[in-house]
Amino acid sequence: MFPFCFEWAWDISHLVFMGGLWYALSIIGAGMTFVIVKSIFDCSGGHDDQNHGHH
Amino acid sequence: MNETPLIPAGVKRCSKWQFSLWIAAATAVLLWGVYAMFLIWYKGLNQTNMNDAYGFALWIWADLAVIALGGGAFFSGFLTYIIAKAELKNIINFAVIIGFICYSSALLILAIDVGQPLRAWFIFWHANVHSMLTEVAFCLSCYFAVLTIEFIPLILENPRLAKKPFLHHLSHNMHGIMAIFAATGVFLSFFHQGSLGGVAGVLYGRPFAFREHILIWPFTFFLFTWSAAAYGPCFTILVTKITEKITRKKLVKDNVIQLFAKISGWMIITYIIAKTIDTIYWALVTAPGMGFTLMDFYNNSTYHIGMLFAEIVICGFIPGLILITKRGRENSFLLMSAIILGVIGVSLNRWVMVLQVMAVPVFSFNDWYTYMPSWQEVATTVLPLAYGIILISLAHRYLPVFPQEKELNPID
Repeated sequence: MFPFCFEWAWDISHLVFMGGLWYALSIIGAGMTFVIVKSIFDCSGGHDDQNHGHH
Repeated sequence: MNETPLIPAGVKRCSKWQFSLWIAAATAVLLWGVYAMFLIWYKGLNQTNMNDAYGFALWIWADLAVIALGGGAFFSGFLTYIIAKAELKNIINFAVIIGFICYSSALLILAIDVGQPLRAWFIFWHANVHSMLTEVAFCLSCYFAVLTIEFIPLILENPRLAKKPFLHHLSHNMHGIMAIFAATGVFLSFFHQGSLGGVAGVLYGRPFAFREHILIWPFTFFLFTWSAAAYGPCFTILVTKITEKITRKKLVKDNVIQLFAKISGWMIITYIIAKTIDTIYWALVTAPGMGFTLMDFYNNSTYHIGMLFAEIVICGFIPGLILITKRGRENSFLLMSAIILGVIGVSLNRWVMVLQVMAVPVFSFNDWYTYMPSWQEVATTVLPLAYGIILISLAHRYLPVFPQEKELNPID
């Protein structure tokens, strides 16, 4: 639900519930966007070494 | 097809026909569940034995139980990435897989239970912002996304996939910021585990479930989160031990299991003390204040006082005391007994907080409600078990799930 929906009300319940949902989705979305973009850059930058040793 | 390039280097796996036979057996059970699932979707909820008295039945118990048992994923993520318990890195992959199975199973069961899964998105778009279950739906969906993200790097470590430069970098970069996802998972888990308990605790029309509140949160909110963190690791250890038994290999070193069991033990002991205090206060103050005595809730042949004793003493204090003592943890029989009792204990707690809540008569002219699930309900509840076996088998065969496996099982 977004603030432009007819059911929306500017009250604490909507702000906490929907704010919490968007907050979590934003972190997940931003995190995944960051790793995908960084991986594309790493590939194009020639950092294709297979031995990063991340285990 | 030659499987060798798909299997991680330096580990031994059973033959392809043995594996196929194993998967076929699990698939047969899975198909039984899938048949029941489509029957329910096609014909409707009349395929179940739920009624007005039992709107929450076997499925909701299964949901709450698998979510609690899957709590090992968020708690091990918290211990590994936030508290920096480095030893647990050797079991966290498996904890994530178990969590992924548990949460995807919970979502699948909910998709069957809502009756009209095509309208499942209504809960996001037409959210009831005064409902604990809305919070559960939000956090459950988001946490499943987090678990998927935590699972992806492991899938990308499959030898064939790891050869692709982009996938290799993606896996590496996801590992790099995993602490952020793990922290998000802990935040989401705290709220959805709690809200599942909160659903029972706010039922003021059901004195068996109703509890006192701290602000807007009933005590059950905190007890559910606490119990999931306490007993979830028991399930992770149990599945690890079963996997070791089936594969006839040691997969995780004893010190890792011991540490995880010790932390679980202390969580269980502190939880069960809090649960005991909550039960005593409810029995002496809350329930009498609503016109009930403790024995009003336990005067049934199925739901008798022995269940409360089993939940708190046999499946609470006993496993907790075993796991906090070094001698208890080091004795494999006692360790296994404690983790099995722990798994039963949290499942029993969820059973009581769902099914007994529905069964207890509320008015003096009511009798106890009885309920027996239909075969379709049973089949769809068994379905996640078969699905879990298949996914764990595939993950163990093709992915480097256990970092210590090579060292513990050197190939001559």
